[in-house]
Amino acid sequence: MCRLFSITSNDPLSPMVAIRALDVMKEGHDGSGLGIFLADLGGDFEQFKGGPILSGIFSNTGIKALDRYMMDMDFMTKYKLSFRPTKRPPAGTPQRDNYLIRVYEYPPDWENLSEEEVWRRLMICQLQLRAMGEADESMLIFSFWPDVIMIKEVGDPMTVAEYLGLNRKELQARTILAQGRQNTNYAINIYACHPFFIQGIATMTNGENTAFVPIREFLMSRNEPGYIGYQSDSEVFTHILHYTMKHLRFDLEMYKHIVTPLKDEELNLHPNGPWLRMLKQSCRPLIIDGPNCVMGCLPDKTIFMLQDSKKLRPGVVGGNPGMFAFSSEMCGLDAAIPARDKSKDFQPMRYDTVFVGPDRKEVGRWSQMDRLSHPH
Amino acid sequence: MEPDGQIKPSTLSVKDLPWQILWSKEKCLLCGRCTAVCPVKAIGLGVHRMRAIQVKLGLTEKPGNLFSVYHGIRQHTDAAHACVGCGMCSMVCPNGAISPIHNDEPDKLRFHINQGGAPRQRGGRRNKRLSLLDEIKFVRISMLTDPALDAGRHEFELRTLLGRILPPEEAIRVNREGGWSPPIREIYPLIIGSMSFGALSPTMWEGLQMGVAYLNEEMGMPVRFCTGEGGCPPRLLRSRFLKYIILQIASGYFGWDEIIHALPEMKEDPCAIEIKYGQGAKPGDGGLLMWYKVNRLIAAIRGVPTGVNLPSPPTHQTKYSIEEAVAKMIQSMSMAWAFRVPVYPKISATSTSLAVLNNLTRNPYASAMAMDGEDGGTGAAYNISLDHMGHPIASIVRDAYLNLVKIGKQNEIPIFAGGGVGKNGNLAANAAALIMLGASGIQVGKYIMQATAGCLGSETDRCIICNIGLCPKGITSQDPRLYRRLDPEKVAERLVDTVLSFDTELKKIVAPLGRSTSLPIGMSDAIGIADRNAAERLGIRYVV
Repeated sequence: MCRLFSITSNDPLSPMVAIRALDVMKEGHDGSGLGIFLADLGGDFEQFKGGPILSGIFSNTGIKALDRYMMDMDFMTKYKLSFRPTKRPPAGTPQRDNYLIRVYEYPPDWENLSEEEVWRRLMICQLQLRAMGEADESMLIFSFWPDVIMIKEVGDPMTVAEYLGLNRKELQARTILAQGRQNTNYAINIYACHPFFIQGIATMTNGENTAFVPIREFLMSRNEPGYIGYQSDSEVFTHILHYTMKHLRFDLEMYKHIVTPLKDEELNLHPNGPWLRMLKQSCRPLIIDGPNCVMGCLPDKTIFMLQDSKKLRPGVVGGNPGMFAFSSEMCGLDAAIPARDKSKDFQPMRYDTVFVGPDRKEVGRWSQMDRLSHPH
Repeated sequence: MEPDGQIKPSTLSVKDLPWQILWSKEKCLLCGRCTAVCPVKAIGLGVHRMRAIQVKLGLTEKPGNLFSVYHGIRQHTDAAHACVGCGMCSMVCPNGAISPIHNDEPDKLRFHINQGGAPRQRGGRRNKRLSLLDEIKFVRISMLTDPALDAGRHEFELRTLLGRILPPEEAIRVNREGGWSPPIREIYPLIIGSMSFGALSPTMWEGLQMGVAYLNEEMGMPVRFCTGEGGCPPRLLRSRFLKYIILQIASGYFGWDEIIHALPEMKEDPCAIEIKYGQGAKPGDGGLLMWYKVNRLIAAIRGVPTGVNLPSPPTHQTKYSIEEAVAKMIQSMSMAWAFRVPVYPKISATSTSLAVLNNLTRNPYASAMAMDGEDGGTGAAYNISLDHMGHPIASIVRDAYLNLVKIGKQNEIPIFAGGGVGKNGNLAANAAALIMLGASGIQVGKYIMQATAGCLGSETDRCIICNIGLCPKGITSQDPRLYRRLDPEKVAERLVDTVLSFDTELKKIVAPLGRSTSLPIGMSDAIGIADRNAAERLGIRYVV
């Protein structure tokens, strides 16, 4: 079973905080992959808050193709952080030419575009680059978004982190999601590494998604170009959240109602029962069947966690005002925030969504059984 | 040649018949129960003459003859009285002296069963044992990483939706702005039907209705029953139980005068209206209730004279064209209940099903599509239609579902599949396979008759005389002497048993697949088949 760890902090942290948490939860992952999502960046990236950042792995020919594409699009590089591994990769990790994180300046003619249009174009660029590098694996693209960095690689998280030198001071973030992967029934493919990302939304999951195929079919038939990939059955969790927020224009509170709607008897008692029943019927193909713990981050850097309707994959949340973490194992939380009031640790129940907003003052909780906090 | 007959082209011997009566002289009590019970009078009293030759030892006396007579059974060999293999003789025999056995070679009767130029008509089933649905296996079993659920202890939500479901964006808009939302019923994925009052005996119908009411009101299982084309008894129309009923309208409009008159007095809306355009057993052919079964009660409910054949035309001839029929019938029926009741067509599975489906996707009032495959049953049809017409259900359900996926409407128009579900007894497995191929639910008739009332039909041309009202179990007969054999209370009890065991078996399938929160519609990664061509055709895993 994969291990998940998310942390949000007023002060920028090194990604190694999350890697160490994964390392203490090592019994639960088999070292088949590391995925890390960094947002609300500190370090060198703090000064480029607005510019889109491209994260990915490139072969030497891939870099050239990337440069040509970005020049044609009129993007200008403002800053870059590349790792060119010089030593031999650890066992199980492929030899790569370049790990690249590059900050761009928007093309001048994007200046007057609406935010929505900019977001759409950024996604299209990411998809086009991914498609260009798909056949020969010359480009593996993880994200192209302002204030977001993603790093993924096959191998044991701590070994990979040391190999890539993720402890460098330039790399700092206030919000981090990290997953140590246990490869299950799908082939080891770097695009199957969590977290998954689309337009500012990232999620990662452990457990398997038994309702994967009908959900994938539903998403792929929504006429949304970003709903592709699905090398992992967990990618649909990210896209369901995207669909919930961008297409249905709901907030996070509704996500749990979409993926694990209340049972009919429960809806009969719920103050928003008729509305929720309509949604349940209408979004029926998006119902997950677990067992899953889902953690994620929204465009406003709120982090959240929820579980399948039977809570077959638990999670824990704890911390102090200014720094909170979600972890799939208690020991991961202990490793990251040892100095906290443990009596306030909280294991959300099957109806709950827990979240920490960008102010990082407290852990919020919605129960599905409660009246919705605002009508839709 | 013997003086009592002459060999004509259609003269058959017992050996030429599909079923032969095996009778034991030693065990027979000569009580006559078998000859009395035989629905087709295939057996009668036989007075047999025996001759024994007596030869004394030695040469002095000539051999003599001893003539005697014994009584027993004689099997008739003319086509009209050929044994149908129902085995009622065996059931009533106190000494186990008689039973039909199936011929060990193809019968010759089939070449002569068109006397007078009328091809064979019968009820029942296709008489083919093969079932592709039986071959489908459930292969995606949850193991270490996503542990299997416990069918006995976990909670399962195995309901389905019948009705047009708006896409999320549209549903939210309608909810915000106000306006009409199509009616949606949350029902159990097993629908009983469509068997008419008329095709079924009053006791059978009553038993099924009581069973359905019990399942809904005592067990909390929203099982629905589709009437078939034959109307609905007036008291039921005016009762609260109407909500468990799907009223069927077909091209003969039988019973609809009564239904329309009951409209102002209805306490509840029916669950749905099914417009029958075709059925799997006799696709492209209309319904048929043969005159034998049109007694006073049936005639009154259907609004017809007694003792006449009641054929429905193949198409709804009151409409100008098929497009008009589909669109206007759906709209008219919706309007009759003020758009509060889902209305959907049922068609025979056919290679043109997708055209109908595409038509429905553009019709905002179309609530679902029901398709009936070639293995569907019937109360009466021409043998040729039963045996040779129609389309298998599996591939057409899959095609229809994938077609909806392609246009993004897989959740908007539920597909209900029927025709041979459980034909070899594997009801839950067949149902689950169809659901994973893309059906939202299944319609089942024959299995229900077998399980709840002991219908004798099998896939071996056994009994299947439903058409002539002689059902020896009283299931499809309108003759009180026959249908009194069937206790409606017991039918109801058996229906409850059947649905409860189906429910447990369905859970025993979905629990190991790790599914419990919603019906696994279209979960095609869970199924496989050991036939490469079938796997490729259905888009499922090839497993050996």
